[in-house]
Amino acid sequence: MWLYLGKRLMLSVVIVLMAILVLFSMLHMIPGDPISIALGPRATPEVQAAYAAKMHLDKPLFYQFLIFIGNVLQGDLGEDVFSGRAVTQTLAEQLPYTIVLAVSALFWSALIGIPLGCFSAIRPNTWIDRVTGILSVGTIAVPSFLVSIWAILVFSITLRWLPVIGAGDEGDIVDQLRHLILPAFAVGLGWVGYLARMVRASMLEVMSENYIRSARAFGLRSRTVIFRYALKVAVLPTITLIGIGFGGLLSGTVFAEIIFARPGIGKVIYDMVLARNFPVVQGAVLATIALYVIVTLIADLVVSWLDPRVRDSL
Amino acid sequence: MIDPTLSGQIEFSERREKLTLFMQNKLGMFGLLLVLLFFASAIFAPIFATHDPFQMDIPNRMSGPTAAHWAGTDQLGRDTYSRVLYGGRVALKVAAIGVSVSLSIGLILGMLAGYGPRWLDNLLLLVFDTIRSFPTIVLALAAVALLGPSLNLVLAVVIVTTIPGYARLARTSTLALKNTEFILAERSLGASPVRIMLRHIMPNVIGPLLILAAMDVPVVVTIEAGLSFLGLGVLPPTASWGSILNEGYLIIRDTPWPVIAGGIPLVLTTLGFTFLGEALRDVFDPKLRKGH
Repeated sequence: MWLYLGKRLMLSVVIVLMAILVLFSMLHMIPGDPISIALGPRATPEVQAAYAAKMHLDKPLFYQFLIFIGNVLQGDLGEDVFSGRAVTQTLAEQLPYTIVLAVSALFWSALIGIPLGCFSAIRPNTWIDRVTGILSVGTIAVPSFLVSIWAILVFSITLRWLPVIGAGDEGDIVDQLRHLILPAFAVGLGWVGYLARMVRASMLEVMSENYIRSARAFGLRSRTVIFRYALKVAVLPTITLIGIGFGGLLSGTVFAEIIFARPGIGKVIYDMVLARNFPVVQGAVLATIALYVIVTLIADLVVSWLDPRVRDSL
Repeated sequence: MIDPTLSGQIEFSERREKLTLFMQNKLGMFGLLLVLLFFASAIFAPIFATHDPFQMDIPNRMSGPTAAHWAGTDQLGRDTYSRVLYGGRVALKVAAIGVSVSLSIGLILGMLAGYGPRWLDNLLLLVFDTIRSFPTIVLALAAVALLGPSLNLVLAVVIVTTIPGYARLARTSTLALKNTEFILAERSLGASPVRIMLRHIMPNVIGPLLILAAMDVPVVVTIEAGLSFLGLGVLPPTASWGSILNEGYLIIRDTPWPVIAGGIPLVLTTLGFTFLGEALRDVFDPKLRKGH
């Protein structure tokens, strides 16, 4: 277990380091002056001079890279080119919105997708199974940004049930929830299909195992066998899938935040890309990747804790 | 020794049996139909189109479907139906170039990782895992921040993010082949590693990769549409499904037709390639099923 944990942790650290390296080298590989590339055309000469001094642009590249890593490790992601605020402060404000959206999307899709997959696995090749199968491919086939647009068209513009813009008034929980419904729906819809298909496939596999047959032979009620014995094991690959798919989930939240003009990391990245405010983009991208690495790490550790067979495979 | 004509016949009848099996898969045939529709509408867009996709008609702007404009018009009075057809060309271009380049690179890297020395394998695996851990859209946004929007950048993002899938698949199959008797025999006869990889491993590895390629097309098309929707892909006035959605979204309160017409081909293409890919997989390579 400890060996697995060590290997897995090392992989995560390496991934984050590589991400830092890629972001750093992108800035320097592009022809032109790194200062004007990083800060964009609107930066004042004072800001440019401060940036040059801070990044030690007169020193060798490798030295600059070490300084950059040092700064990142100390939690210093640089300053906003225009306002001079620390990037970390902006991120700390925006990150909760993204996490709330991602978690609520995942929550509602698991609530519907897992039982759906389970039911169709119990009754394979019946009409329930077929309808679920087609529905799940259908939900996967519509990209999340299209779901967002069409959901706005139907629920906000035609039916006028739900608001389009923003995250709702601060302090007004009901209003915030109303603003959360459509984005969470859009981000989670594809996941309903993914989860249903995944749970169905692994349920079918588990149901044909010997210990399930023995449990049946002992005369246990089929409900007990399905929920207590089979589903428990069948859900394991789903947890791994959530880990792997978290990157896709983040992409979905980026789109949803932009389309619904909702605060969050994705919106920050997008706005700052358009404003050419590279330090903020860099910091936000790093934060997103770090978040992703942490979530996959947790998912892997949970699975290896639940299923000892996985530990040996890395 | 087996009579060569006989073994050829066995192979032939097996192939025919699989073809029959595929033809019986209704969803697969439906998928094939949608895929053919995608190719035909993109390639023959100038023939099917009723208007020039750039021709403006301000008096008739933002109209609903009419006899002249089958899917209505956009904010400049351009014909949405014709723009959707031409948008399919962008999608086809990105899908064809993106998938074939990343399949080729992934195949080579995967075979190298599987057949080459252990350190190379570990290094490549690390690189693949790192790429996979970048959320695609965030990577794309960072690249656009530095380089500015362009279709080539979209292609680069598509290629970089899809290589690991092919490479991992090729690596696994190569590892399984590495110590089979016919490869050992070839090696003991003095064949060079390059020859072994190209002549003997590649033909045995490429099948599953082609199926993965079919299933990757919608992913690639969606990335292009998504980036163009954000204004980070094709530049106006070029029509792409994403840019039609982008412009349509800005006028969504005036007319719903552009966002409806721009989205439907995206859904149909995804459905088509997904059904086709799954049918091909079930018929030709049921083992792959577990991996996904």
